[in-house]
Amino acid sequence: MEAKKMAIIATKGTLDWAYPPFILASTAAALGYEVQIFFTFYGLQLLKKDLSGLKISPLGNPGMPMKMPFGPKWFKGLNWNIPNAVQSLVPGYENIATSLMKQTIANNGVASIPELRELCVEADVKMIGCQMTVELFGFDHREFMDGVEYGGAATFFEFAGETDICLFI
Amino acid sequence: MPIRSRPAGCAQHRPKQLDARGLNCPLPILRTKKSLSELASGQILKINSTDPGSVKDMQAFAKQTGNELLSTTENGGEFVYLMRKH
Repeated sequence: MEAKKMAIIATKGTLDWAYPPFILASTAAALGYEVQIFFTFYGLQLLKKDLSGLKISPLGNPGMPMKMPFGPKWFKGLNWNIPNAVQSLVPGYENIATSLMKQTIANNGVASIPELRELCVEADVKMIGCQMTVELFGFDHREFMDGVEYGGAATFFEFAGETDICLFI
Repeated sequence: MPIRSRPAGCAQHRPKQLDARGLNCPLPILRTKKSLSELASGQILKINSTDPGSVKDMQAFAKQTGNELLSTTENGGEFVYLMRKH
């Protein structure tokens, strides 16, 4: 029986939104799927050799709980509802939020993004970078991890047209 | 401990162990897949997990990959699975 196939278009370049494509791709691969991810626009950030620049931004994101990853239980349970106007004025706010999020991720036994991406690579998930966006944003192929292929929309459809599951993230 | 009892026919084999405690989705499944790849067909893997989501996930994994989930036991927030490689 031919393996099932899944294609994902990854368009987001933040730490939080890096999770869905890599979680789904690695899990699908473990279930026997052949998987391709097409990284376009901000999604290209997920292909960078150095992923330490990925951040979250609570600014303008009312869905994000702002809780501390340390301290007693009652303290961890507090939701710090900080107004957008204050968030935008405090220098380094995103850096602080990002380091707190990374601590929360580690506390919960959730894999890091470099770890998940490596698991995808080990499982032969094929990574395609959008060449148009590479040029549009002035990136250089040397900034990206090894093994990435570059192509455009037609390249994506060549595989996506034969898939069982196709997701836009 | 009931999890110590071994399925018939495998009495001479000690199940291979996977300690996935403290790991969250999707790591228990990915580690299970990796550990199974190191086993021969018919061998049994024992997986320990603390992820409540792994109960449904292990069933779904077994169903989709053809590996057989022999048992699921819970003991004080820890889940133990026995899976036979396809």
